[in-house]
Amino acid sequence: MSKFAKKKDAGLPAVNTASLPDIVFMLLFFFMTVTVMKDNTLKVENTLPNASETKKLEKKDRVIYIYVGEPTSQYKAQFGDEARIQLNDKFSSPSDVGDYILQERAKKPQELQNVLTTALKVDKNANMGLISDIKQQLREVNALKVNYTTYDGDAFNNLQ
Amino acid sequence: MSRRGGPAEVNAGSMADIAFLLLIFFLVTTTIETDAGLDRMLPPIEPPTEEPPVIKEKNIFTVNINRNGQLLVEDELTDIKSLREKAMAFLDNGGAPSGSPEYCSYCKGKRLAESSDNPAKAIISLKNDRETKYSTYITVQNELVGAYNELRNREAQRLYKRDFTDMEAEYLNPETDASRKEDLKEKVKRIQELFPQKLSEAETGSSN
Repeated sequence: MSKFAKKKDAGLPAVNTASLPDIVFMLLFFFMTVTVMKDNTLKVENTLPNASETKKLEKKDRVIYIYVGEPTSQYKAQFGDEARIQLNDKFSSPSDVGDYILQERAKKPQELQNVLTTALKVDKNANMGLISDIKQQLREVNALKVNYTTYDGDAFNNLQ
Repeated sequence: MSRRGGPAEVNAGSMADIAFLLLIFFLVTTTIETDAGLDRMLPPIEPPTEEPPVIKEKNIFTVNINRNGQLLVEDELTDIKSLREKAMAFLDNGGAPSGSPEYCSYCKGKRLAESSDNPAKAIISLKNDRETKYSTYITVQNELVGAYNELRNREAQRLYKRDFTDMEAEYLNPETDASRKEDLKEKVKRIQELFPQKLSEAETGSSN
């Protein structure tokens, strides 16, 4: 063989993928830091309205969540497409709200029981009738601090 | 070959797979929480025997939302965009004559005799239909809270050269240290007393 013979071409050289894990790890860390664990799966549509004068909900352990909205597509056949209330993992009627609040309140430590906030996560297409029923129930069990959870944004976007 | 080409390369091809696996796990089990919103207090249920306090008509600012999302403010059909302005004009009116105990020295309003006496007396009454859409209701609430916030910011700027909303956020932040909180508490309270939020919601009418 001659000294200058061309080396045998061993196919295409492998693409260097060494930086791929780094990129994926970066994404992973991003998700790990900005998200929180889901504690219940949403069975209702939950597009919140926008508002600009919001206040942050501090301290997760002092919040009770109530979700309201139309059932998602997989539950539509069973529960219809009227807005419904979701407490924990099941659909409920407005009359269950009071009991639910009392139950949740009993689960919290004693010193927090008087400072709880109820966060209402309501779909923007829901009707006020349902919300009024919930509010009435909340008043009856003396859970007067509510937070209408919203996205940050211009409130006039809601009207379109 | 390997001896001559430096140290052998570690095959890291599967590392990406592992990282992807972790990533996908986090994607499905977590959510990005929205944890901001409009804070409101509901009125406590009053014992039925109690007489409701008498409030002068001129100190009440009525806002009615109908089922189509139209607004009736003080018996006048109003665009939602001018609600904030109207609410501010009402709250800031300070109609009590100077010299009377209710005189509002910091108000910059028009001081109309037929509008509210002073901010502490002024009440906004909000009424909505059962068919009103939630998003409309939130917009109205947002505008009313915005009216209070703007007036409070004005006073906070005058007294402490700082926005009220800013001070309040710092006060409510659990990371603020105690001595700073003590200082802020007084200021926040003072401003809140200048413009107390009096927003009453009537029980919802069934239809109109």
